[in-house]
Amino acid sequence: MTPLLDRKLVFVTGKGGTGKTTVASALALLASTQGKRVLVCEIDGKGELAAYYEAPPMAFKEKEVQPGLFAMTMDTEASLREYLKLQLHVPIVGRIGPVAKAFDFLATAAPGVREILTVGKLCFEVRDNHWDMVVVDAPATGHIVGQLAAPQAVNGLVRVGMIRNQTDWMLEMLSDPAITGLLAVCTPEEMPVTETIELAVRVREETTVELAGVVVNRVLPELFGRNEEAVFDALAAPGPLEELDGLIGGDAGPVLDAARLAVTMRRTRSTHLERLREGIDPDVPLLYLPYLFAKSFGLRTTRQVAGSLGEELGL
Amino acid sequence: MAARTSGAKKGTAHPAPTPTMDSLLATKEIVVACGPGGVGKTTTAAASALMAAINHGSKVLVLTVDPAKRLANALGLDGIGNTEHRVPTSAFTAAGIKPRGELWAAMLDTKESWDSLIRQHAPDAQTRDEILANPLYQNIAGRFIQSHDYIAMERLYEIHSAGEYDLIVVDTPPTRNALDFLDAPERLADFFSSRLLRWLIVPYRSKLINVATKPFYQISDRILGTEFMGDISEFFILFQTMYDGFVERSKAVGRLLSDRRTTFVVVSTLEATPLREAEFFAEQLTERKLHLGAIVLNKVLPDYLQGRAGAAVAETLKDRAEDLAAELSPVLGASDADLGDPAQIARVLTEVADSYLNFQVVALREMEERASLAVAPEVLATVPFFDTDIYDLAGLLRLGERIWG
Repeated sequence: MTPLLDRKLVFVTGKGGTGKTTVASALALLASTQGKRVLVCEIDGKGELAAYYEAPPMAFKEKEVQPGLFAMTMDTEASLREYLKLQLHVPIVGRIGPVAKAFDFLATAAPGVREILTVGKLCFEVRDNHWDMVVVDAPATGHIVGQLAAPQAVNGLVRVGMIRNQTDWMLEMLSDPAITGLLAVCTPEEMPVTETIELAVRVREETTVELAGVVVNRVLPELFGRNEEAVFDALAAPGPLEELDGLIGGDAGPVLDAARLAVTMRRTRSTHLERLREGIDPDVPLLYLPYLFAKSFGLRTTRQVAGSLGEELGL
Repeated sequence: MAARTSGAKKGTAHPAPTPTMDSLLATKEIVVACGPGGVGKTTTAAASALMAAINHGSKVLVLTVDPAKRLANALGLDGIGNTEHRVPTSAFTAAGIKPRGELWAAMLDTKESWDSLIRQHAPDAQTRDEILANPLYQNIAGRFIQSHDYIAMERLYEIHSAGEYDLIVVDTPPTRNALDFLDAPERLADFFSSRLLRWLIVPYRSKLINVATKPFYQISDRILGTEFMGDISEFFILFQTMYDGFVERSKAVGRLLSDRRTTFVVVSTLEATPLREAEFFAEQLTERKLHLGAIVLNKVLPDYLQGRAGAAVAETLKDRAEDLAAELSPVLGASDADLGDPAQIARVLTEVADSYLNFQVVALREMEERASLAVAPEVLATVPFFDTDIYDLAGLLRLGERIWG
C-alpha cells in the first residue's frame, strides 16, 4: 500500500467528535515539516481549522499559515466561478447575486453538483497547482461517501456535456491509490468503531477511493501491568487504604477512584479496539494517537499530535 | 460552581420547585433532541423517553435516527424498519422496572419515508409511479443530504397528528450544521415555489426562451448537457402536481416546531468545540422563538477530580512514593507475598498519582467550560461519564436517572 505521506490527495473523515480536524491539521503540519509544499482545505466551513494553527480566519484563496503550509476553506460558489472562468472562459465579475441564485438552484435541483465542485476544485489543485500534498478536512463519515462517489453519480446521470468530460479525469485521479487516499479517524468507543467499520465497507463498494489508514484517536495510557493491578486492588481495600490515609494525613480515596475510572475506561475501550482490528482489512494500517491531557488546544497541541502521527508512520 | 443535580425536595424552604426534566417533559408533547455529533444525543433521547414512560404513565415514542446496535437491541429495534414498535415488557422486567406507561420506538428510514410521502401526495397512480421510478428522485430520497433533515421533521408531524402518543422524543439526524433541520421545511417550501423553478421548467415545455434567461440555459447546457437538463425539468414538472400539498405540509411542520407543546433539548459534552456549537444552537433557538427546554451535558468527569485536596494528595503520593511503599509493604504482603514488593508498590503509587493529575487537567478545563456557558435553559442537567457502554434498559435507566433530576 502506498505510504500515507506519499499520496498527493488525502481526505480525512471521521464521526463527529472524534478529532477529524485535529488529525487533518496535524497531518498537514507533519507533511510540511517533512519539506513538502502542502495545502490543507476545510470543507464544512465552520471555520474551526484556523484555530488549530492559531491563524486568522481562512478564505477560498489559500494563505500560508506555517512555513510551506497553506490553508483554505471550501466555497462551492467561488469554486463554480473559478471553474466557469478557467474552464469555460465565462468570466463572472462582480455580479454575484444572479449567479448565486442560479447556482443555489442548480445545486439543490441536481444532487451531486455541490459535491462535484468541491472534489473538482481539490483535484484541480493537485493537478494544476502542483502541491506535494493536499489534505482535506472532509465531511463526517455520514456524508463522505456521497462526496467521494459524486463523480460516478454525476456520470450516471449526465451522459454528455462539459461536466462529463471533467468527471472522467477526476475519477481517474480519485481511483489511483498512488495519488488519492482516505484516512478515517475514530476513537475507541462503540459508535465511532461501528461507523468506521461500516464506512470501510461502503468506501470499498460505493467509491473508487482507497482507505489508506485508520487513525485511532484518544487512546488512554495503560496504567498497570498485570501484577501491578493486583497491588492496586489490595491497596484500595479498606484496611490498607486507611493505613495510607494515616501515613499521608489526607484522603487518598479520590485519587484511587480516579485510577479505577481510568482503568475501567481503558478496558471498555480495548474491546472496541479489538473489534476495530477485526473489522478492518488487515492491509489497512491503524495509527494510534494518545489521549491528550491538555489545558487547551491550539498550535502546540497540533504539533504534539503531528509528532505522534510521525512516530506512528515510522518517521 | 455547584452543579444542579437534584430538584428541590418537598417541604424545604424553596418557594417553587426547581424545574427538572421530569417537570419539563410532563407539560410537553414533543421533545427534539439536538446538538453536535458524537455527544450522546441518541442515548439521551432514548433515556428521556424511558424515564417519561416509567414515571408519567404515558405512551411515549422515541424516534431515533441511527442508534448504536446495542441500544437498538435494548429497544427491540433490531431489524425493525420505519414502523413504530413497542419495547417489550420482558425488557423492562429484565431491568427490574415496572413502568406505569408504555415505551415505543421507531427508526427513521429516509428513503421509505419519502416514498410514503409521495404515495400520499401524488394526484394519481401514474404520476406516483413515474416519480418513484425517476433517477433524480431516487438520488434525492437516498443521498440528498438536506432531504434527511426534512423527512425527520415530516415524520414527526405525521406521528404527532395521528395522536397516538402522549409524548414523542425525536433524535435529530447528524447534520453538517445543527440548524439545517430547523430550516428544512421552509427551505423546501421556498424551493418548490421559487421563480427559478418556473424558469427552468418553462423553456423545456414551450421552447420559448426569453432574452434574460437565455445565458443561464446556454451555460447550463454546456455544463450539464441538454439531456440532463431535460431530465431535471421532467422531474420538477411531475413534482409540481404535488406542489400545494407539499408547501402546505412543510408550513404545518414549521408551525408544529414553534408550538408551545414542543421543546428542544440541546445535548453536548464539555469539550470546547461541541460546546461552542451547542451554545450557538441554543442562541439560535431563542432567536427563532423556539422553546429551549434543557441543556444536557454528557460524559462529564466526576467532581472528585477537581479538588485541590486531591491534587495535594497526589503530589504527596508521588514525592513520598518510596517511603510510603516501604511502610505499606508489610500490610500488603501480609496476605500475599507477591503484593509486598516495595518497588512495585512505589510504581503503583506514582502511576495512580500521575493519572489523577492528568485527569484533573481535563476536569478543570471542563469546569471552566461549564462556568462560561452563556445560555440559560430552564433545566441544566449534568450526566457523569459512565465507564461502560449502554446495552440494556438497566443501563439506559442509570443514565436516565441522572438526566431526570
